[in-house]
Amino acid sequence: MRCMIPGLAICLSLAAPAALAEASVAEYRAALADKDANPGSLIIEKGEMLFKTKRGAKAETLEKCDFGLGAGKLKGAAAQMPRYFKDTDRVQDVESRLVSCMVRLQGFDEAEIKKKLYADQRFNEDNTPLEAMAAYVYAQSDGMALNPPKKHPKEKEAVKLGEALFWHRYGPMDFSCATCHAEDGKRVRLQALVNHYNKKDIQATVSTWPTYRVSHGAMRNMQHRMWDCHWQMRLPDIDYGSPAAVAIIAFQADQARGVKFDLPGMKR
Amino acid sequence: MKRTLILAVPFLFAAPAVQADAALAALVDKAIAASFPAGEGQDLSRLVQDDTLKTCSQMRNNPTEKQAAAILEREAKNMKHPEGGKLLGDWKKGEKLFAAGFGMRIGAIEPDKADKQKGGNGGNCYACHAADPKEVAAGTVGPSLTGYGKLRGGGDDIVKYTYEKIYNAQAFTACSNMPRIGHNGILKPEQIADVTAYLISPESPVNK
Ligand code: HEC
Ligand code: HEC
Repeated sequence: MRCMIPGLAICLSLAAPAALAEASVAEYRAALADKDANPGSLIIEKGEMLFKTKRGAKAETLEKCDFGLGAGKLKGAAAQMPRYFKDTDRVQDVESRLVSCMVRLQGFDEAEIKKKLYADQRFNEDNTPLEAMAAYVYAQSDGMALNPPKKHPKEKEAVKLGEALFWHRYGPMDFSCATCHAEDGKRVRLQALVNHYNKKDIQATVSTWPTYRVSHGAMRNMQHRMWDCHWQMRLPDIDYGSPAAVAIIAFQADQARGVKFDLPGMKR
Repeated sequence: MKRTLILAVPFLFAAPAVQADAALAALVDKAIAASFPAGEGQDLSRLVQDDTLKTCSQMRNNPTEKQAAAILEREAKNMKHPEGGKLLGDWKKGEKLFAAGFGMRIGAIEPDKADKQKGGNGGNCYACHAADPKEVAAGTVGPSLTGYGKLRGGGDDIVKYTYEKIYNAQAFTACSNMPRIGHNGILKPEQIADVTAYLISPESPVNK
């Protein structure tokens, strides 16, 4: 694992991520109350640079990407997502919207993008452009209250569908999300589990993603968390920005509605 | 969750009251079909639910009496004992299986390594249960099993219940959150006998 804050003694104690207790994460966060010292801030800066760089077959930037408030309007956009987009006829979160814009505005190939979605923490990789740019777009809603629209029938449907998926048990472990995330104060091994039906709990979670994951030495977004938990459920890889992943995220956002983003987050 | 064999536990969280909603279930199936692309390392057969999981999902683990009875009856039939019928195995082997969390992770991004896979799956019990009091990294999704054998003894009925409960938790508790360890092929019957011994044997650290 990399430690990006030289001179911070506490970094040393983070070298054993598997055994990391909640208490030391709290200490770590306290030590980093200054957000500029969160390694995620560097990744957000990298994301901004990439966002404004001419890339792809069309050599375009993403500055005209519409995240729901109009082309190029980023301030507060993530706080009002997932939402329905007419041009794709889908409910989309920031992560899936970015892919649509990379394809439509920049001429990237979707299958090509999906070949490398995430930095592989086993090889100490740097965050992918997609991860860095998602972190940048979310950061433009820092401090703003989460309030995704729930007017369009597909927006209402996504929340309902997301909740049903949350209870859907499948895979060889008979797991659903609810197995681990529907009661207060539960743990898997030493890891505390968020209860999606506890407003304070789910608000603390949703408001701090994208998050710098200390054990990964990388910035992670909610699509990655969806992949990670489905992987733990011993299911196949859930597709980035897929209807199921976005619906669960829409359900989470609905449960957490009203909370102010506190970005970038910092977790185990 | 409906308990039949042991006392009823009160529902601990405010899950919304549910009724089976066929239209919603159809939407779920459609979303899942569109969300897991086929490809190398992807085993899409894992997305298919059996009737028990269908009921538990739609009822959000809160089946009606009738549904619960149907699940208990069905899952009781999904029960296998080791060849030779020995339900108490080697507690030392059981100790390793109880702690090991390895196995069954698939996909293209981070599948389990084939060489490690040869050792078979772990039981991953510590994810959810306490057992050996010296193990602090024990989860709390399931009840603590510390002192299991000391508290219940090692009579034939306790041995049989313990083995069968681990093999198929839903034969006793409809919509239990515990995976059907044997029925789903996570551990083999002989390995479950080892884990049973780990919980029951007076020599086991669980009972010290
Ligand atoms: C077998 C247990 C298990 C299942 C099933 C599971 N998760 Fe998790 N989940 C975890 C654990 C453990 C963590 C915390 C990991 C850590 O601290 O590193 C976690 C973390 C999360 C987080 C981040 C919490 C935070 O505060 O940042 C979210 C969100 C989440 N899970 C959602 C889900 C969803 C949605 C599903 C179903 C698709 C699901 N989980 C299924 C165990 C599970
Ligand atoms: C995902 C969580 C989970 C995992 C993994 C898990 N269990 Fe459980 N277990 C539970 C829950 C929840 C209960 C209580 C509900 C019930 O009785 O079905 C339970 C109940 C039990 C009981 C019955 C206790 C009693 O009071 O009668 C035994 C024995 C048990 N588990 C053993 C095991 C063993 C051994 C393993 C691993 C091979 C294991 N469990 C894995 C969640 C889990």
